Amino acid sequence: MPGVLVFCETKDGKLKKASREALTIGRKLAEQTGGDVIAFADDAAVADEAGRFGAKKLSTSSLGGYNTETYTNAIEQICKDAQPSVLLFGGTSNGRDLAPRVAARLGVGVASDVDRLEWTDGKLRARRSVYSGKVFATLDVTGTPAIATTRPNAFPAQESGGGAAEVANVSASTDSKAKVVETKVPEAGELSIAEADIIVSGGRGLKEAANFSYIRDLAHAIGGAVGASRATVDAGWIDHQHQVGQTGRVVSPNLYIAAGVSGAIQHLAGMSSSKHIVAINKDPEAPIFRVADLGVVGDLFTILPVLTEEVKKAKH
Amino acid sequence: MNSVVCIAHVPDTESRIKIAADGRKVDEAGIKFIVSPYDEFALEEAIRLKEKSPGDVTVITFGPDRAQQALREALARGATKALHVKGEASDADSLGVAKVLAAAIKSVPHDVVFFGKQGVGTDNGLVGPMVAELLGYPQVNVVTHLEVADSKLTAHREIEGAEEIIEAPTPAVITAQKGLNEPRYASLKGIMAAKKIAIDVKSVADLGLDEGDIFNKRVVVVSMETPPEKSGGKKIDGGDPNVAAQAILKFIREEAKAL
Repeated sequence: MPGVLVFCETKDGKLKKASREALTIGRKLAEQTGGDVIAFADDAAVADEAGRFGAKKLSTSSLGGYNTETYTNAIEQICKDAQPSVLLFGGTSNGRDLAPRVAARLGVGVASDVDRLEWTDGKLRARRSVYSGKVFATLDVTGTPAIATTRPNAFPAQESGGGAAEVANVSASTDSKAKVVETKVPEAGELSIAEADIIVSGGRGLKEAANFSYIRDLAHAIGGAVGASRATVDAGWIDHQHQVGQTGRVVSPNLYIAAGVSGAIQHLAGMSSSKHIVAINKDPEAPIFRVADLGVVGDLFTILPVLTEEVKKAKH
Repeated sequence: MNSVVCIAHVPDTESRIKIAADGRKVDEAGIKFIVSPYDEFALEEAIRLKEKSPGDVTVITFGPDRAQQALREALARGATKALHVKGEASDADSLGVAKVLAAAIKSVPHDVVFFGKQGVGTDNGLVGPMVAELLGYPQVNVVTHLEVADSKLTAHREIEGAEEIIEAPTPAVITAQKGLNEPRYASLKGIMAAKKIAIDVKSVADLGLDEGDIFNKRVVVVSMETPPEKSGGKKIDGGDPNVAAQAILKFIREEAKAL
């Protein structure tokens, strides 16, 4: 029975954005492969939501929190039962952790971090960017199931108007060698750049660590995440979790605001696929202006506070 | 304590990338190759483990002749043994590479197997977990802190906006994230000492593997293309912060529709 299996993650009884995106493209692929979209999630409470995004069935298990080994067992079991043509993972930390493990278990290949997917001639055709956006590679993934991890924000989530997914339980071995003993949330409530719709990034133009407050204030006002250039991370001004670029995170939010970022090739690689880019820089020749949709040649220390106040007003 | 570090030899991140005539590969002419940046954190961690509790650090790479440079570099920094599996790794998919490395790893003693969290350039991030599965080992991905003692490890794994602390028995696979440590440079003494270490060279067949299962299987590159270059959009003078802020606000509202 062909079809598409989608690994879904939940938080507080809701699907994560990356999972809604993966379900959306999964549904489109299922029109080609035939068969149903099956969601696998750890919480049956998302049956309605998964259904709205196209899942006919929802497989759940009582495995508890994410664990690479036990989740691999569960997905292996669903694949045996349902024989899907395609298996998708949203490109989150857990999706990226799990997809290769499952692939090796099943003896199939993976296209990772893809931004286009189609089903042609019985094969999954995927596009992904390599060499930090300098090249697009088109790949054919053969084997059953064909596995891909999706790039966050590349497949906008759309509801299909489907009814609640039919819930079924999958049983799998709960044995695992590795165990999560603690989860620490360091800076409470801080948004991760990985899935953010809006990112406000700072570079060396901030002059010192304390001036990241200019970036944080705007990010907080607009509801975005804080990004950073490699130079600021290397200088110890901010944690590397914030680093955008080839050795940081590759991001493609709806809106990217770069302030005091000159635009080293490293950095451009990580953000140039953002949908709308604003750059503020004193140097009119800064390479960041080459990728910016709106470039402002000026002083971030005078412009950002005014912009932050205006955004706060607009939000009220 | 014995460690293995798997190293990828990749184009320098500053390289200009050109597509080869067949349209399916990168043209390697004129490109400088380096040790993949995340692999440097992996190597450093293995060397530190060895300094605390003596043993071997074996570096392994799968690649063409030029990949030996990466092994020499690793030996100069403090690795004690090196194994080069010769072959066009770029013609193999990630599972093919993982099968080669898993077979190679089995041939050397190890408690911890290190990878970078991804090879910079191809950025798949697949091989480490695949090797863990093939060897039946636990894995901890994207690690920013590691302690190993008494056949057990504790690793901090970076996830979205949080950190997981994971315990696992050894042998285990660890993939290194930036921040795990501060990699050292090779010393002159290290470079000289490294020259005396013979690199063990094997072929895919020597490892008992079928080349047909490694190359051009499972994931095949159909084509490569360079994206259209962005020419840059509107550029305005931001001398007056109020005017600049209003222009940005208008863009955020009307173009990005984010307000």
